[in-house]
Amino acid sequence: MTLNQFGTDLLVLLPLTFLLGWASLLLLADLFIPAKNKGAMALLSALGLAVSLAMALVQKGPALAFGGTVALDGFSTFLNVLFLASGLVAVALAYDYLKHMRLERNTYYILLLFSVGGMMLMGMSTDLMMVFLSLELLSIPLYVLSGFARPAEKSEEAAIKYFLLGAFASGFVVYGIALVFGATGTTSLAGIVQAVKSGALLNPNLLTIGGALLLIGLGFKVAAVPFHMWTPDVYHGAPTSVTAFMALGAKAAGFAALLRIFLTVFPSLAADFTPVLWVLAALTMFLGNVVAIAQRNIKRMLAYSSIAHAGYLLMALVPYGQRGLTGDVSASLLFYLVAYGLTNFGVWSVVMLLERAEGKGLALDDYAGLGRKYPALAASMTVFMLSFAGVPPTLGFVGKFYLFRTVLEGGYIWLALIGVLTSLVSAYYYLRVVVIMYMRDGEPEVASAPWLKAAAWVTAAGLVIFTFASGALFTWASQALLTAF
Amino acid sequence: MLPVTYYIGLSAVLFIMGALGVLIRRNLIVIFMSVELMLNAANLAFVAFARYYQEMSGQVFVFFVMAVAAAEVAVGLSLIVAIYRARRTVNVDDLSEMKG
Repeated sequence: MTLNQFGTDLLVLLPLTFLLGWASLLLLADLFIPAKNKGAMALLSALGLAVSLAMALVQKGPALAFGGTVALDGFSTFLNVLFLASGLVAVALAYDYLKHMRLERNTYYILLLFSVGGMMLMGMSTDLMMVFLSLELLSIPLYVLSGFARPAEKSEEAAIKYFLLGAFASGFVVYGIALVFGATGTTSLAGIVQAVKSGALLNPNLLTIGGALLLIGLGFKVAAVPFHMWTPDVYHGAPTSVTAFMALGAKAAGFAALLRIFLTVFPSLAADFTPVLWVLAALTMFLGNVVAIAQRNIKRMLAYSSIAHAGYLLMALVPYGQRGLTGDVSASLLFYLVAYGLTNFGVWSVVMLLERAEGKGLALDDYAGLGRKYPALAASMTVFMLSFAGVPPTLGFVGKFYLFRTVLEGGYIWLALIGVLTSLVSAYYYLRVVVIMYMRDGEPEVASAPWLKAAAWVTAAGLVIFTFASGALFTWASQALLTAF
Repeated sequence: MLPVTYYIGLSAVLFIMGALGVLIRRNLIVIFMSVELMLNAANLAFVAFARYYQEMSGQVFVFFVMAVAAAEVAVGLSLIVAIYRARRTVNVDDLSEMKG
């Protein structure tokens, strides 16, 4: 490999290399920023994310780099933009939240940048080994961030639970990769496809078992039932700004890897995997929505709701093996990730506004009276709840529409029916929040945090406005195709 | 030269021992060691398959996995130390601040 080749490789990965280089520089800069100056690091990391986002937007694919282990195509550009934008929002939310909770430490933002870098790499990986490395790059900073409110016991507990289950999941992922490598003699997705086509497999069962282990490992990451046990505790215990970020980021990255691996490598094994995905999706939708009803703490309720949303996303992955549907599967998933992401950030910013020290202000009853005292905030919260429940005119409705359309095109009527019924169940606990806000009296206290309020209003407005421009957004998601190399 | 199946058999046994260890044991450090056992089972499989295919990349992956495992150790052990300092226990059953 010549030096010139190295240069072009770096150029393909420019937004990522810039971001990781910037984060490393910030680690040094942290030494020189006076302790009094608390906004500087947030500003610098936001600047890095914004520059990287601009680079990601102007980048032109498709291209392969680093010996075919990473690819720049429409799919990875779409995800890069999603991850970088969510990183920017996460910085804004964290700035206010950390101040509010007196947790201001500069390392927060640096860890966040590294995690965003891992997510971006995950969307671009076309080699299983790269998938594993990016999984770790995104997860390890998140383990630390979950424990960021140390010495708060809940936060430490969330961190260790997330860490142990995350490391357990990586064990499955890496063993799955080893078995796939054993079956085909390569870890590159293109190479595996070639080996499967030519029939030169050491033992076909190795490939199936390897794929299943990968599914288990990534199932942990996206919090699919029965690999979801960590989710409520981690979402509950972690600082809320971290929860907001990982509820979207880690899930989207996990689905990015699932999409790329399953759509390119495993269509040949669809007969084995489709029923498994069917059961996983049905269980995840059912359990997430039903258990959420019993929750009285809003963070736990939203944790179960995020499990349920992973179920809807998995549901659209079920028909992945049908040749004509691959475009629809990936487009509807990407679209729903955007809708889910917007709603997710909005709802968590409201939660952060009401949260007070030592985990107070997180019970559902603390939302009583919000409608009378803070009408604008309550109205945005209503929009988020409607969007999560999939009620028009919100982006969540459009997203669910595309997901269900994909499932029906695949011919899985019963699965779609389970999805619709569980959505009805979910409407109960989402609307309960609205009822509490408007129908009950109370004296809620809202933090004076301009960024959090702005985030809530902007995402609420966006959810409604984008509904009318959803066609354009879906077209963009449809063009974000995986380019098979 | 032993056939590749022997190595894979051993690595599968190690992997299952590791996975069961995570599920059954209650001590954080032992659970953590079981996770490492799972990663090393994968390493053994990588090396065995790399020799079978005469493909060097498989051996290089082992170094990647080892580097990642080292990073995980750094985070994991410091978390365990922090928990031990606060509560004087490393038993997972005592980590029950949150329920529901």
